[in-house]
Amino acid sequence: MDTASLSTPHAVRPEGRKPLVCVRHVSKQFGNGTLAVRDVNLSLGTGEFVSLLGPSGCGKSTLLRMIAGLGAPSTGTIEWPTTSHDAAGKPQRDLGFVFQDPTLMPWASALANVMMPLTLKGIRKSEARERAAAMLALVGLAGFENSYPRELSGGMKMRVSIARGLVLRPKILLMDEPFAALDEITRHRLNDDLLELWWKEKFTAVFVTHSVFESVYLSKRIVVMAARPGRVMADLDVDAPYPRDELFRTSPEYAHLCRVVSGKLKEAIGS
Amino acid sequence: MTPPISPTADHNGTDAEARPVLVTEPRILGLPASAWPRILAPIVIGVVTLAAWEFAVRWNAIPAYILPGPVLIGQTLVSDWGTLSGSLWITLKITFLALAAAVIVGVSLAVLFTQSKWLEMSLLPYAVILQVTPIVAIAPLIIIWAGDVNLALLICAWIVAFFPILSNTILGLNSADHNLVNLFQLYGATRWQTMRHLKLPAALPYFLAGLKISGGLALIGAVVAEFVAGTGGSASGLAYRILEAGYQLKIPRVFAALLMISLSGIAIFLATSWVSHMLLRRWHESALKREN
Ligand SMILES: Nc1ncnc2c1ncn2[C@@H]1O[C@H](COP(=O)(O)OP(=O)(O)OP(=O)(O)O)[C@@H](O)[C@H]1O
Ligand SMILES: [Mg+2]
Repeated sequence: MDTASLSTPHAVRPEGRKPLVCVRHVSKQFGNGTLAVRDVNLSLGTGEFVSLLGPSGCGKSTLLRMIAGLGAPSTGTIEWPTTSHDAAGKPQRDLGFVFQDPTLMPWASALANVMMPLTLKGIRKSEARERAAAMLALVGLAGFENSYPRELSGGMKMRVSIARGLVLRPKILLMDEPFAALDEITRHRLNDDLLELWWKEKFTAVFVTHSVFESVYLSKRIVVMAARPGRVMADLDVDAPYPRDELFRTSPEYAHLCRVVSGKLKEAIGS
Repeated sequence: MTPPISPTADHNGTDAEARPVLVTEPRILGLPASAWPRILAPIVIGVVTLAAWEFAVRWNAIPAYILPGPVLIGQTLVSDWGTLSGSLWITLKITFLALAAAVIVGVSLAVLFTQSKWLEMSLLPYAVILQVTPIVAIAPLIIIWAGDVNLALLICAWIVAFFPILSNTILGLNSADHNLVNLFQLYGATRWQTMRHLKLPAALPYFLAGLKISGGLALIGAVVAEFVAGTGGSASGLAYRILEAGYQLKIPRVFAALLMISLSGIAIFLATSWVSHMLLRRWHESALKREN
């Protein structure tokens, strides 16, 4: 009966498959002495949809940026077991990153913005144009290729940003509160579209948010974090089947899951 | 002109429906209608002022060697056009060469400085010294050292013009969005790619603001240096014509030469503003017409 339940993840995770990313005993102390994250252990499996959920200042962004290779951990390691490494031993991370703000180049059209990663990888212009246009169409922005960022609404800019993050077909897409600045209607729509993209493209998604509702709706797995110092408090599996839609959003299971996760979050903040 | 928006037509509420429709503004004599007040208002003020000036000169019978009226100045401009236009050409040549050199050296140095903090720390103070030293004070030295007068004038005009471009471009190169810089880093962009695709475009508005200032400064530098040099002969610029006409009490000619310098300055300003507008109009806040 009760298909939607929360369980500790490691009991149900299929064993044997190597995870995509292994975060081991990672701490990060900034130059000014702030201990942003302390002793975080986390492994991200291929094809997962993981949310990092926590209050402001708990080190979600810091952790995400370290996974992306922006800023090294002070102690601990982040391993990419299944990824090839270059001569210097650095992993050739195959990832896309979506910031909280769209972070588009204002002087470039939507198409040129999405083409940017392809250009940087040295892909031929004609091919890059084709792939970028296809990606824009996939996020529902066909016809806006030549619009400049200032001519797009907030939600549309975010879509461009997601298209840019996915255009290289990365194994993993890291998103740092991508929809935090959007209104609820737009956010729900983008949530649905993101799930559909994830379902179709089969990338691993890591989604930073401070919204319980958003994390439960989207994720297979929720990592609850606490602040001062930033650390992982709980790692929960959301056992609700995909595809999820409006029906799920209004279902009693969803409400139940939100209540449970909310409780876990309160516990995390309280302790 | 635009299609009417009616609630009964079947709209499906998708983003695709909000696709931009390009609306063209009505044009008068090739310029958009809204551009005309901007042009006409200063012209009206100018005409009224000139009329008052002419009237005052005639009414008070002021002699031409003290204050010539606009009509006499205009006549002198036409009658002396042969000598004056030659001089104008010389002054403008120095101005544009100096501006071009300022752009090349200013942008190159700015790019170098952002690549190496050491270079910036060691050289920027000297650029500042060059900037704060009054050009009239060092012009005689430069004239002695350079040997060739035209080269000396070029150097003087360049010194005055190059600093705004340098400092603005440095500011612009450093003001690229930090997250975009990170993103380029994530995709393994080379220094050159980051410069070409991110930093240079981000610096463009700043560079253009510097260019607008430097255009006028190059002209001023060229004229001031020539005043100091005071060269004679047939190949001399407008500043020398002014000096010469002053000694000979040909005051209408002084005014005519002055008018040419001012008009050149205005033309340079308009040209740089136009270039700036054309380059930024699609994306930069400063050049946007907001529709709220
Ligand atoms: N560059 C930095 N230098 C110094 N301290 C920093 C820096 N970046 C973040 N911090 C500190 O590290 C802690 C974690 O910051 P972080 O941005 O990772 O939090 P967050 O969970 O993403 O918060 P939010 O939800 O508000 O975005 C904070 O206390 C912050 O002050
Ligand atoms: Mg954050």
